Amino acid sequence: MTFYGYKRPDGRVGIRNYVLILPASVCASDTTRIVAQQVNGAVTFNNQNGCSQVAPDQQLTMDVMAGYAANPNVYATVVVSLGCENCQMDLVVDAIKARTNKPIRQVIIQEAGGTIKAVDMAVRYAKELVAEASMLQKQEFPMSELILGTECGGSDPTSGLAANPVIGQLSDLLVADGGTSILSETTEFIGAEHILAKRAATPEVHDQILGIVHRYEKALALVGEEVRNGNPSPGNKAGGITTLEEKSLGCIHKGGHAPVNAVYDYAKQITAKSGLVVMDTPGNDPSSVAAMVAGGAQVVVFSSGRGTPTGNPIVPVIKITGNKLTFAKMEDNIDLDASPVIYGTKTVEELGGELYQMVQEVACGKQTKAETLGFTEMAIARVCNYV
Amino acid sequence: MRNAMIIDGSDNVVIAIEPIAKGSDVEYVVDGKAARFTALEDITIYHKAARRDIPAGSPVVKYGQHIGVAACDIKAGEHVHVHNVTSHRENLDN
Repeated sequence: MTFYGYKRPDGRVGIRNYVLILPASVCASDTTRIVAQQVNGAVTFNNQNGCSQVAPDQQLTMDVMAGYAANPNVYATVVVSLGCENCQMDLVVDAIKARTNKPIRQVIIQEAGGTIKAVDMAVRYAKELVAEASMLQKQEFPMSELILGTECGGSDPTSGLAANPVIGQLSDLLVADGGTSILSETTEFIGAEHILAKRAATPEVHDQILGIVHRYEKALALVGEEVRNGNPSPGNKAGGITTLEEKSLGCIHKGGHAPVNAVYDYAKQITAKSGLVVMDTPGNDPSSVAAMVAGGAQVVVFSSGRGTPTGNPIVPVIKITGNKLTFAKMEDNIDLDASPVIYGTKTVEELGGELYQMVQEVACGKQTKAETLGFTEMAIARVCNYV
Repeated sequence: MRNAMIIDGSDNVVIAIEPIAKGSDVEYVVDGKAARFTALEDITIYHKAARRDIPAGSPVVKYGQHIGVAACDIKAGEHVHVHNVTSHRENLDN
């Protein structure tokens, strides 16, 4: 199977062709919103961070910013900073250049002379870059160029019974074709980490899987908290999930059956053609998806028992549910109904094949429901409070 | 009519795949054979019911794994959820 995508100068292949207006901090986020609204083909997001952060916390923000700019769905980036924030323009630009050689433009609001002049400058840069991007012709590529992010949110017991096993089948198909699949959400490995660790390709990866789970639990313990105080959520419980362990045992089905070849920290750049890998992300959906997108995922598949509209600014998010009632209620938001697996009218293998076909179509340009409805929310994980 | 499913033969709970009323049969297939028990309570669709008695303190098993511990004696046919199961962190490193 092949798809038509955009070749980038760094060798990677995108399935969308956006110009990213990147806010270096919260203080530039309204400005980037105004710029992106003015230029068709430009996208942005609300960066709540970028300043008043300690080093490891700021690093998460930097990795998401650099990873978004480097994501192959982005043609070029206009970085907009206020000027005085901790995530200084030169730091952001250097972080982007460490990951990619794609075009970058810079606008510093305090140097440009205020909002109106900064917006003027950034809109002109964006307009020029969008025009360049529109000249690019798509080329044919093998599915092995794809990095797939997998996510589950608003889970219920049907996620573990149907939607996640179907995503697991998709993951196995992509891995068999030489591509890359990311299993995320460390908090939702808790209680199932032994099963996942047994699938590690090397003893080192085995220890890393257990290591990220223990690190997460310890980080919460440092502030006197326990992951079970917020997980499962009220919606998970209303749906029938009783404990975190039960949720986790359903969650890890998204990883299919392939060996786990590597473990990546939050938002770090993933090497293509790596098979199945794990990324250390929170169970919180928009910040977990953001990390995989920063890692280079061009497409995300997202299971939801309760139903969610979640999208992403630069990556198409395909929604799937195993709950027939949720699909009937939220068909406007959900791309694929996996409930036939539960009722015996289709197998996991059949639906996994259909989902793989859908991923190929979306890679070629078909809009997901989240894209059509314009959902772009995202969040960036935090280590600790602002300083 | 099949109205429940089991994931692993060692599980002591099944999942309702239709709403199940108190007093009606819970029907599922395990290892290729039909099995049933009576629902002692209403079971909401996609929630769990005990297919065997689960004594207080013993594991609740789904996916062939422990998902928690019975907080009280649970009778076969009862709804199994947050009111009668507690989460239990096991050492799973080996």
